[in-house]
This record gives sequence, C-alpha cells and structure tokens, in this order.
Amino acid sequence: MEAKQQSDQVQAEFLDAIETALDLTALETLRVSVLGRKGRLSELMRGLGALEPDQRRAAGLVFNLLKTELAQAIETRRATLESEGLLAELSKQGIDVTAPVRPEQSGTIHPVNQVLDEVTEIFADMGFSVAEGPDIETEFNNFTALNIPPEHPARQMHDTFYFRERSDGDRLLLRTHTSPVQIRTMTAEPPPHRIVIPGRTYRHDYDITHTPMFHQLEGLVIDRDIHMGHLKGCLTDFVRSFFEVEDLPLRFRPSYFPFTEPSAEVDIGCSIKDGARLIGVGEEWMEILGCGMVNPRVLHNCGLDPSEWQGFAFGVGIDRIAMLKYGIRDLRGFFDCDLRWLKNYGFAALDLPTIGQGLSR
Amino acid sequence: MKFTLGWLKEHLKTEASLDEIVETLTMVGLEVEEVVDRAKDLKPFVVGHVTSVTAHPNADRLQLCTVDTGSGQFEVVCGAPNARSGIKGVFAPIGTYIPGGGFTLEERTIRGVTGQGMLCSERELGLSENNDSIIELDTETKVGEPFTSVSGLEDPVIDVAITPNRGDCLGVFGIARDLAACGLGCLTTSDLVPLPGSFKSPINVELRFDKNSTEACPLFVGRMIRGLVNRTSPPWLQQRLVAVGLRPISALVDITNLITIDRARPLHVFDADKLKGNVHARLAKSGESIEALNEQTYQLDSQMNVICDDLGPVALGGIIGGAATACTNETVNVFLEAALFDPMRTARTGRKLNIESDARYRFERGVDWAGAMPGVEFATKLILDLCGGQASDVVSAGDAPVVAGKINFRPARIQTLGGLEVAPDDCAEILGNLGFSFTCEGDTWAVASPSWRNDIDGEADLVEEVLRIKGYDSIPPVSVSRAGSIKPALSQLQRRVRQTRRLLATRGLDECVTWSFLSADKAKMFGGGRDELKLDNPITEEHSDMRPSLLPNLLTASARNAARGVSDLGFCEVGPQFKDDTPKGQQCVASGVRMGHFVPRDWIATERMVDAFDAKADALAVAVALGVPRTRISVTKDAPSWYHPGRSGILRLGPKHALGCFGELHPSILSSFDLAAPIVGFEVFLENIPLSKVKASKARPAPDNSVLPAVTRDFAFLVPDEVTVEVLLRAVQSLSGKDTTKALFTGTALFDIYVGDEVPERMKSMAFSVTMQPFNTTLTEDDIQRISQAIISKVMKSTGGELRG
Repeated sequence: MEAKQQSDQVQAEFLDAIETALDLTALETLRVSVLGRKGRLSELMRGLGALEPDQRRAAGLVFNLLKTELAQAIETRRATLESEGLLAELSKQGIDVTAPVRPEQSGTIHPVNQVLDEVTEIFADMGFSVAEGPDIETEFNNFTALNIPPEHPARQMHDTFYFRERSDGDRLLLRTHTSPVQIRTMTAEPPPHRIVIPGRTYRHDYDITHTPMFHQLEGLVIDRDIHMGHLKGCLTDFVRSFFEVEDLPLRFRPSYFPFTEPSAEVDIGCSIKDGARLIGVGEEWMEILGCGMVNPRVLHNCGLDPSEWQGFAFGVGIDRIAMLKYGIRDLRGFFDCDLRWLKNYGFAALDLPTIGQGLSR
Repeated sequence: MKFTLGWLKEHLKTEASLDEIVETLTMVGLEVEEVVDRAKDLKPFVVGHVTSVTAHPNADRLQLCTVDTGSGQFEVVCGAPNARSGIKGVFAPIGTYIPGGGFTLEERTIRGVTGQGMLCSERELGLSENNDSIIELDTETKVGEPFTSVSGLEDPVIDVAITPNRGDCLGVFGIARDLAACGLGCLTTSDLVPLPGSFKSPINVELRFDKNSTEACPLFVGRMIRGLVNRTSPPWLQQRLVAVGLRPISALVDITNLITIDRARPLHVFDADKLKGNVHARLAKSGESIEALNEQTYQLDSQMNVICDDLGPVALGGIIGGAATACTNETVNVFLEAALFDPMRTARTGRKLNIESDARYRFERGVDWAGAMPGVEFATKLILDLCGGQASDVVSAGDAPVVAGKINFRPARIQTLGGLEVAPDDCAEILGNLGFSFTCEGDTWAVASPSWRNDIDGEADLVEEVLRIKGYDSIPPVSVSRAGSIKPALSQLQRRVRQTRRLLATRGLDECVTWSFLSADKAKMFGGGRDELKLDNPITEEHSDMRPSLLPNLLTASARNAARGVSDLGFCEVGPQFKDDTPKGQQCVASGVRMGHFVPRDWIATERMVDAFDAKADALAVAVALGVPRTRISVTKDAPSWYHPGRSGILRLGPKHALGCFGELHPSILSSFDLAAPIVGFEVFLENIPLSKVKASKARPAPDNSVLPAVTRDFAFLVPDEVTVEVLLRAVQSLSGKDTTKALFTGTALFDIYVGDEVPERMKSMAFSVTMQPFNTTLTEDDIQRISQAIISKVMKSTGGELRG
C-alpha cells in the first residue's frame, strides 16, 4: 500500500474519533492507540526503515504531517474537554446570586440643609461668603438697629419669643429674622461686605403654614456703587439658578420693610395644577422673597456713612423655597422627623450640590 | 383694605379696565390680594316673580312655585318657609353654577315633580350663611333684571394689602391718588368749601396735657349739629359698606365709617345731649374705666389718651367711642369730633387693651395731619344731606404739628441708588403728582412732603417714590460676579458642619431638624433649665426652654416614630445647643441616636442590636474626619448623667479637652421618653475640634514605600479586670519607634477579650496582634524575639498582667 493511502486510512480511523472523544480518558486511549509507542502511526513510522531512501523520505513526510495533525487535534480536544470539566465542576459550586446582599445602612440629608447647600453654592459663585450669628439676640440688633423702633407697627408683624427681663431691664429674644447678623457684620468689620447669612429664626406662630422655628437666608451687599440694578441682577440670577429654570419669569414689586428703602418683594411665575405648584409655568405670581436697598438709617446705626456706602439686602425663607422646588406640601413635616418623610424627601449624602456638577439630579 | 371699583371711580376718572387697575395697584406697591367680581359669578341669577304657589302632591314640606322671569314661566320645587305667591326672589335656571353650594344645577325630579330651576337663599349665592329662607327682594324690583344690578353687588371688590408705611392708602381717595400719579386716570375729587356755622357751638373743646405729653393729641376739632333725624342710611351708602364687609347701623355711624374708608380719616360722633359740659382730651387717670361701644368695659391707665366730658372719659382717643354717649335712633343733636392722635400711644393703648378698630388701625399708621378739617366738612355735608339739621361753627384746640423739614433730593440718585435713568422733568412730574412740593433748580432739590405722607424720611424714600411710579420692571438688572476673590465662601467650621452632615448620612443616619426648644423637664434631664434660657412666652410648655443638648429632641423624635411602629432607626442632627444666653453659650453640636437593630435579622449577616460601640464609632468618625489624629484621642468613663454610667465615655484630646460623648442612654432617661433600650447616642462638639492650621504650601510628603517585609505576632495576656484596652494598647504602642524597638508598630489590633473558664477570678484575657515594620534591615528571628520580650515586659509592668501560656 502507498504511504498516502495508509496515512489517509489512519486519519479516517482516528481524526473524527479524537474530535468527538467523550472525555479525557477516551481521548487518552485514542492517543495511545495512534501515537503511543505501539500506536498505529508509530508502527507505520517504524516500518519506514525498510523502504528505499526516496520512498522513505516521501512517506516520512506524509506520516509526520499526519502525526502533527493528530497531535494538534488531541490538544484541541483536551483543552475543550478540560474547560468543559472545569465548568461542570464550578457549576456544582454555584450560589443563588439573586439572594440579597448583607444589610447596609444609608442615611439622608434633610431638605433644609440640602437647599442651604444649593443656595450657598449659587452665592459663593457670585463672590459671597457665609456669615452666621447667634439665635439669641438683643432687641437692639433684631429691631432697633434695623430701624424698627419699639412702637412701630412692623414690630407687631413679628410675633417675637422673648426671654425673661433681666435685672438691668434688658430683654433678650429669639431672632425673628437673620437680619441682626447684618448689624453684627457691619459693626464688627469694615466694608465692603458681600455675605449671605443662613440660620434658624423664630416667630410665635404655629399652624398649618407656620412653625415656631423656621430657616431664613439673609443677603447683604455693601459697597460704594451698588444700586438697585445689582439687586435685581443678583436676585434674578439666584432665583433662576436655584429653580433651574432658565427663563423663569420674575417681577419686582414695591413693598415696605423698615430696614430697606427702596424696598421690593419678588414674585415668580407659577401655576397650580392638581394641587401641585409648577414653577415657571403659567399665569400666577407667587411671592418668594423680600429685598431692598439698605436704609441709610441702618447704615448710620452701624457706624457707616450713608453718603459713602450703600448696598442691598434680602431675605428668603429656606423651608419655603425647599417646599416649592421639591413639591413638599406641609411645612410641619420638616420638623416632625417622621422616618417616612425623611426617607422620601431627604437627599443622598453623595448628592452634594455644586455649580460644576449641578445643584440637583 | 377693601373697596369697590365703583367707589374708586368716584375719585378717579379712568378708562382703564379692572385688570389694568389691579395690575397697576400691585406694581405701584399696593398689592392686590383678591378681586371678587360678583357680576361675573352671579351673572345667570335674575329677578323672578313668584306668581303662584301650590302644595307639592307628594311631599308635605315642599311647594311648587311658578316663577315668572319675564322671558318665561318656570316650575320650581321649593322647601323654604317664606316661599309664597307674590314675592320677588332670585331665580337660577337649569345649568347655573351655584357658587355657595359648589355645584351646577341639573334638572332633577323631586318626588315625581321635575323642577325647572331654583329660588336661591343667600348662602347659595355665597353672600351669607343664611340658608333658612330664600331671598326676598323689594316687590317693586323689576322682573328679569340681573340680580347683581338690583342688589348693588355688581361692583367688583378689590382687596389690597397696605404696607404699614402707607397709612394714606387706608382710604380709597389715597389709592386713587397713587393710580392717578401712574397716569391711569385723573383725580376728580376736590376739597369741600367749608360750611359756615349757623350758630355758635355750645360745646367747646380743650387739650389738657402737660408739656411732656402734648404729642398725645396735638389737635382737636369739633362741631355741633342739631335738629337732625338719625335714620337708616340710604341704599347707596348701605351697599357700599356691605360690599367692603361693614354692617350698616344708622346714618350717623355709617357716615363716619364711610369717611374712615374713603379718606382714611376716623371721626367720632357723640350724642350731644349725653355729654356734660365741654369736651377735653387728656391722659387717663389710673382707676378710671370706660364702657366702650363694643359693650366691653376697659380699665385705663395714665398712659392712655381719653376724650372726656365733665363726668369723665367718653371715648378712648383714636381707638373707640364710649357706650354712654353713643348715638341712637333717638339722637337729635350730635357733637362731631376729629382729632390727631399720636401713632405710638394709640398703638400701645390698643395693644394693651386688645382692641382692634378701623380707627386704631389708621391712627397707629399715621393719618393725614391736615385731614381733620376736611374730614369735619365732609361729615357735616353728609349728615346735613342724610339727616338734616343745622351745623354750628367749628371749635378747635391745638394745632397740626409743624411740617417735617425739607429733604435734600438729588435726582441723580435715582440712577446711582435706584439703577434707573430718569430725566429730571419726568422725576418732577411724578413727585408733583404725588403731592410733593419743591423747586427744580440745580442738582439738589429741597422737597417738602405732602401732609399725608408721614412715612417719607429721606432721599432714599423719594428715590423709591419715583421708581415705584416708573415701575421697578424698568430698572435694568446688572449681574453680580465673583470678581477676582479666591476666598472660600465657608469658614473652616462651616465646612466641617457641612461635611459632618454628609459623613453621618453615609453612616446610615437620617438627618433631622428639631426645635431649638423643649420642655423644662427635659431641659433639666440634660443639664439645662437655667432661668436665662427660659422663654417668657413659649408656644406651649413643651417648648419653654432652649435646649441644652440635641439628644432629647432626637429621642422625642425616635419615640414618635416608635409609636408609629418603627423599631429600628438612626437619626442625626447638626445644630445649636445653648449653655447660657450669650453668643458664646451657643455651641454647634453633631449628635445622633441609634435604636433597635444595627444589623437586622438576615440570611447571611449576623443579627445584632445597637450598642455603645456603634455610637463611639459615629463620634470617632466625625472627629477623625475633621482632622483629629485617631491615635491622639483617648476615652474617659465620665460621660454626663444622661448616659448609662457603665456603658458610655467621653472622647478627649487631653484631660481637659472633651471632643464629645457617646454611649447607651441611661435607662431611666429612656423610660421618661417612653422608649426602651437598646438606644445609643453621641454628641460631638464641633467647635472643640482644633482648626487645622493654614499652611503656606498644600504639597504633601511622598509616601513611605518601605520594601522591607513587616512581621505580625500575636500576644495574649492575663490582666486584672480593671485594666482597659486603651491602657494595654498604649503601653504596647509606646514601644514603637527607632529609639525603642527599632521597628514601627503599624498595626496593634485587639482581637479577643475573654473571661471565663481557665481565667482566674477578677482577671481577663486580652489578645492582640502587633505588626512590626523594620526601618533599615529585615527583622531577624532574634530581632523579633527581642521586640516580643520588650512588649511582654512593658505590658507586665504597666498592667500587672502576665503573658498567657
């Protein structure tokens, strides 16, 4: 028989068998029987010595080719069988990955403080720094220095919490607004000033829309050439940035506060649909903050010369703008600490509002 | 301040629509709160004539009325007792929206009879609460006319919020004046020509104040009108008062009320026959009292302003009249009074006696100081017109106060303060229209305010006057930019507060905001209750003291949630607590509580309840995150009384430097909050954490990437029971370093505390590992032996313990 025929015969006998060997043992048996020392191909190769040199070279070439081919086929099959075996083995080690992970805790940030962080970012971007002052104040800082004399009707607009009169006749109070920090700042440091003042404020009022404690943010800008145009620009930029509505309609209306002159209230456009307020859409106006140019009497009370220094101030209710932005309907929920409320309206710790990444999701 | 559109138009000739007027009012500083346009709401309601009434065939209490509206006959089922043939009522056809009932009228069959409309009660129209009977109109009323036009309700009512500075706009005329200045129309009202008296007033007026209290009532004007008949006011006057929410009483009273609303000028009319002698104004004497028109009797004091006759007080000046001298339907002679009362004194008296009146409201905001005489003339004219009689001459005492000085006004300030360019001519026109007088010369004008604008205080007020009439809308906005500053907005402490909140939230705590106050009991439990921190007028006893700690309110919050069925929670708050009433006594604290499970029942994790170490971990995490090196913090066992005495501690940075407290809450504290263990809490005093120093360079040293292998060895000691982990590990750690063991102890970790079998009484076993990092050369077995020996002797020496075999 020709070497080629013999080779074809061996190939036909083993190649397919190798490629379909069921397991590693069967494969090994096949390997031994064809490539082993006494295997079919080995025997054929041993028979080469009896041939003529020319024939021997030719036949050797054929057998070697077959040997390589079979060896490769065996290796390929072995790798396949081995990985299938590993797979089968690993499959036995399986777990139910749909089961829950170990319990983890995640807390929340209260909406008041989230909104304070948002507001701080906006004003920081406009060059403001944050000032603070005590909750327990003097009548002078809370009223008198702000041009609210004892019998002024405006004092009745604030229902004030007072402490007991002291032996020296002085009476401390819980600040009714964050404005006394304006006085503290202006009397402690020289102008110019550009500050916002967040904090707890207190009024003697407790019903559906009032809580005895609430949060305010005051702003104060004092310089030589600050005018009402700056007030409008600053607050327009603030309100639009805060509500994240580029073309939010705003209107400034004349109003009255003893500590500012001229004074204004700011309304934003909104509508009410199914009991929910939509900011920036519709025909309605809603008051959102009070502001004005600092009254020269206030500047004077703080030792500043009103002919040299002027500026603006504003105040905004933090709880209120938080309610508006995030659709929170009941103010009292802010202070009730109901876990369901906190989980629902609270913010994730990682949702730190920044100008760079945006104020809210 | 309520008024009707028709009333306004008596003073203002205008083509402007209601919407334009409303918009202008708001934009000029007179904020419109509400417009009630009944002509719109009540349009479908017409006058119907009940031509016949028959009994309902199937219902005893119902009747069938035939109503003629001029345009048709309608069958109406009606249950009102006053429904009868011949009356005229208010008819609503099918399909009408009934505002007082909040429904749309549908065709409905009532016991077999189908109604074709409805005869309405006042409540159904939203006019009053009366639903017992249907409205009966005058029998002369024309059938088919719209109800609003025959009832005078067609006039829209405008409600304006007047700011406290604008006393002049507490009168319809003042509002018209502002609108006219805006160019919305022109004023049509002029002052009355004074009516000369036809006889000398038999009652004279006098001011009896000492020189320290003359401001209480600087001017008192009066006039007698005799021979009048007090009767019901004519419909126009009644309708006007009803529209703005006042109840018509009699012509004399209605006239004074009308002038109060129309001119912001309160007046009073005494029944002259009930006055004894002359009338004078003075301060009350203590012990005096007065029965007022509201049937209440008030005790007076020497700071209150009263009008008196020879027998004593007959009115509280600027607030309310007395009952004894009030006008009745029998009154024939009256004494009309108009005076100026001090705003402050009026406010104080009103507040002290708790009397709200239209007069007080106006006097305490300041009335037109030139308004007394015109008020008297206006009242005289109305009284003579409506009640007849003859007027005396006018008697007066005192003078209107001297006009405040002129204000130096630079029109350029409208730009430099107001941010709006306004031409001087424009500016002059606006101020002129508002009643200011001045001469426009040079850069500074001397401006005198009109008598009704006692709120104008300086140049800034005049800038506002011009701006508000021009409209704030016209001021161009100018953005404020950061302009070069690189200073952070927050102080280091403020940044820490912000970081602490987020740190605690990542640790699983839900941030709360709780009241700054609490009950006196709870304040005492947490070291508070000082007198100086008690509110004089708390909302309730639960909110009487400033909080000495954040824990009690967090516990109250926990208890509220527990009552709702919550068993596991973790709350935190970062906020103020109060040690005393000074600014320094207010401290910024981060606090938290954990209740119930730390790890809930779970298929894989080990269930466990919260314990003191959870609270310690929270407190430590805050201190370490804010820059305190962990190794410098020590713990003492002297936590405040609200903690469990054996399971709590204070984190310290030195013997006298407390950073915070932690631990289980004291069981008796918990039970007073209706809470049950386990609950743990912590408090970290943020101001006590040292601020980090500002460094010139932010660059950091390179890391120590020592390649020499570290070696870890375990040790176990038997030590006396009282030896703390901290003492043991500090002793070990003190050996770390080049000079001592020539190795750095990079990890000293406790891994076991054991008490029980094989451990003697009053002893415990503590096991820990030490990781030794060599400096220069690899540690040999000999080195390790040497270091281990050093550790063993150090521990034995400092704890009295011994190595466990």
